[in-house]
This record gives sequence, structure tokens and C-alpha cells, in this order.
Amino acid sequence: MKNSLITNLLIIGVMLLLGSASIACDSDDTESPVTASTEVEPTNGESGRLKVATTTSLDNTGLWETLEPLFEEQNDVDLDIVAVGTGIALEYGRNGDVDVITVHSKAREIEYVDEGYGLERIPFAYNYFLIVGPEDDPAGIRGMSPEDAFKTLFGSEAGTFVSRGDDSGTHGKEKTIWANAGYEYEDVQSAGSWYLEAGSGMGATLVMADEKQGYTLTDAGTYLSYKGDLELVPIVDEGDTLLNVYSIIVGTNTEMPQAAQKLVDFLTSDEIQHIMGNFGFEEYGMALFTPCAGPIAPCNN
Amino acid sequence: MENSFWDAFVEALRLIRTLDPEVMEITWRSLQLAASSSTIAFFLIALPLGTLIHFNRFPGKRLVISTIQTLFAMPAVAVGLITYTLLSRSGPFGDLEWYLTPAAIVFGQTLLITPVMLGLVISALNAIDKAIPETATALGASRFQTYIICIREAKFGILTALVMGFGRAVSEVGVSMMVGGNIREFTRTLTTAIALETSKGERELALALGIILILLAFVINFALLSLQYRKLPWHYWK
Repeated sequence: MKNSLITNLLIIGVMLLLGSASIACDSDDTESPVTASTEVEPTNGESGRLKVATTTSLDNTGLWETLEPLFEEQNDVDLDIVAVGTGIALEYGRNGDVDVITVHSKAREIEYVDEGYGLERIPFAYNYFLIVGPEDDPAGIRGMSPEDAFKTLFGSEAGTFVSRGDDSGTHGKEKTIWANAGYEYEDVQSAGSWYLEAGSGMGATLVMADEKQGYTLTDAGTYLSYKGDLELVPIVDEGDTLLNVYSIIVGTNTEMPQAAQKLVDFLTSDEIQHIMGNFGFEEYGMALFTPCAGPIAPCNN
Repeated sequence: MENSFWDAFVEALRLIRTLDPEVMEITWRSLQLAASSSTIAFFLIALPLGTLIHFNRFPGKRLVISTIQTLFAMPAVAVGLITYTLLSRSGPFGDLEWYLTPAAIVFGQTLLITPVMLGLVISALNAIDKAIPETATALGASRFQTYIICIREAKFGILTALVMGFGRAVSEVGVSMMVGGNIREFTRTLTTAIALETSKGERELALALGIILILLAFVINFALLSLQYRKLPWHYWK
């Protein structure tokens, strides 16, 4: 009896220790920026973590991973990067769950700002969308305009098309191309087993398209950073609709307006624009993004 | 695929051997979060509430117990969705500002594992000899003392509740992903890192993280069971 009592006490003790230690550590995590900021007063009393919801393409490429430590070093702010699709990023912004969004869907961004959720849409980089597919191009769409390529895919059913299907910016672009090509999106969705909706981020969708030996619409940045693991090659890479502009929008209800403004200044600064313009060059032989902060075409027209 | 598994295993061993800082940090966080939520769910909710439900008669007791058992099957994503709805800044508990923080994960995991723990505590107490509480009372034990005696008697089953709950918390991905947001160095856990690495096409690293998760669960369960049998781990080799 004595033994089992000791055992029970031991178990309870160990668990409580583990639990309380971890709770203490958790609160450490959230409190340390507070104590840090009271010491340094970097952002006029603003403290805590600046939450940024970003489109997956800026994160899957590793861009945010490169920029985050730079920003945190220059400013005494913890940056929390949540990689989701543009659709969810906008919803997080509307709910006030994040302070800043970095997205790529012009029409929806303008709507977001007009509804009063965002201060201003500030483009900072662009690249192009590509239609990638298997080398042998079973549907024969190589070199077509994106709209003609989609028409051919729809008509011939000779190839598989993997759609993001997650209401992201890329998915929005795909819908725009279908609309320009003269199709109702509902008809495309029910067109047959050649059209697959992945419901995942850009990277996962590329991996899926590769497995299925199908086509997909991707931003050039994510494609280049995944290229090494994929057999897919660019099939369609020219067309006005393929322009892909990334913008940053600060939420109107953010509790950290100064820190958020610092992030905007950071992304549009010459130094960071330069880093962005060279990002990926070493590893992939070409830049993944073209910087375009300020009144530069094609971002600001 | 065979090769993949082998490579993953080698990779997992390498990550453990070299104490890869990012992997260690993620592993430690997973452990902390699951330990916090199982401690809260077990000691603050399941054990006291389960004991009270077992030893008291009240109308609707059966319905309560079968509801608890039904909730065993609650999918983690649904709990994640409920937690999101509650904790989002536009939700009822938005003022806490827990959403997309570790606290939100602990909240969600606690919600997820409480039914399992509660149900197992109740059935563990059910399994002990009915004569024990009666004898204890007859010998003059107070109500509280009787509870303690019965809990001690049912300790094996009760410990199972703790182990099951911890296992479910450390292995779930729906809650952590949905309410934690998989933020690097803040809310990224082993399971969300596995999902991320898989989506990045880094299957080996993802598998390696999976192997680390299983090893972690094994060590924890082994330690708890060793305490239970009052044997130290090396006694198992005899």
C-alpha cells in the first residue's frame, strides 16, 4: 500500500512538473517580447507578435524564411508567418486574426480595401504564372495562349489538369483564365475526371500534378524552387493574364500599426527589394521574383 | 518506396544523433503542448469529474456517459474548427488573443482529449470490486477518502486514460494546424511539420519526423508504464 502511494505521487508529480514547466515555457514565449519591448521601447509601447498571413507561394519558396530573421533583427518585433491561401489570408484579415496580409489577387485585394478592412494595397514584387505539364505534352498545348490552352484541355480531355481548388490567389487566376476562355467555372468542375481539385497549397499541388503526370497552373517562383523534385516542364508561359503581382496590406484594426508600417517600409526598402530581386538566383539560376515597389509597371498600372 | 523508408530511418537517426536544433525545438514543443493539455485535461477535468460522475446518481447519468463515449470519435479537425470559432478575434473568446498561439493549441487539444480521458476514468472506476467502496465506508472512511481508495485501486485503468489522452494529443494534426497556424519557432509541432514537409515534397524528412514522433510516444508510455509496474526500465531486460 505504501509503495503504490509513492508510485501515485511520483506519477502525479512528474506529470505536474512536465505540465507546469511547459506552461511556464509557453507563457515565457508570449511574455518575453513584452518584457523585451518594455526595456527597449522600440515601437512606442507596442509589444507582442506581428501576425502575417501570407499566400503559400511566398512561403513555400523560402522567401519569408529569408526575410523574417532580417526584419526581426532590424526591428524588435517577433514576426509570425502563417502560410495559407489568399482566400484564407483575406478571411483572417477580415476577422482581425492577423495584422498584415501578403497576397496576390488584385480584384479581391481592392474589394478588401474598399470594404474597409485594409489600409492600402501596396505591390512589392511580381513574377509570372506558368502552365506546367509533362514533357510529352499529351494535350498538345505547348506555346498556346493560356486561354487557348484551357480550351484545348477542356475539349480534348487528353490531359489531366490539377487545380489548386482552395480559393487561393492562384486558383483565382485559374478561374479568370477559364472565364476569359468562355467557360462557367461550375461546368469546368463537373467536366470530368481529367479535372482534379487538389485543395492544397502550391507545393503540394505541384507534387500531385507530377504524380498524376498532369498539367497545373503555378506561379513561377514556387515552380522554380520545386523544379529539382519534379518532372514537369513549363508548357505555357506567355500571355497577359499570367502576370502575378504580390501586395502587402495592413489591416485597419491592427493593434500594432507602427510595427505593421515598419514591415511595409521593410519590404519596399531598396535593400530588401534588392535581396528579393536576387532571391533564388544562386540556387535556381534565375530570380524567383522581380521587385517592383513604387510607381513601376507592371505592378502599379 | 522501400528505399525511401530506409533513407528516412537513416535521416531520423541522423537528426537525433546530431541533435538538429530545429528538430529538437519542434520535438520539445510538441512534448510541452501535449503534456500541458493532458495535464489540464486529466488532473483538472477528467479525474475529478469522472470520479464525481461515477460515484453519484443523478438523472440522465447514462445519457451523459454515452455522450462522452460518442465524443471519443470527435475528429480533430472538427475540434480545430470549434476552437477557431471560439478563439478567433471575431469569436466569443477573441479578447484572449489566443488564436494562432500555443495557448490555442493547448485549448483545442484539451477539448479533444477530455472525452477519452473522462470515459476511460469512468470505466476504470466501474471495473473495480464493488465491495471496496462499501468496505471503506463501513470502516469509517469519509467520502473523499473512499474516492481516493477507489482511484488507487483503479490506477491501472486510470493511467491508461492518461496515456491514451497524451497519445491522442501528441499525434493530432487538425487542431495544431488550424488554430496554431504552423508558425515557425512558435506553433510548429511535429505533426504540422510533417504535413508541411510532405507538401514541400520532402518525404524523407517528413518520414524522419514521423519516426521521431513515434519514438517520443514510446519513451513517454514506457516511462509511465514503468512507474505503474513499480519497475525501472532496465528491469524489463531481465
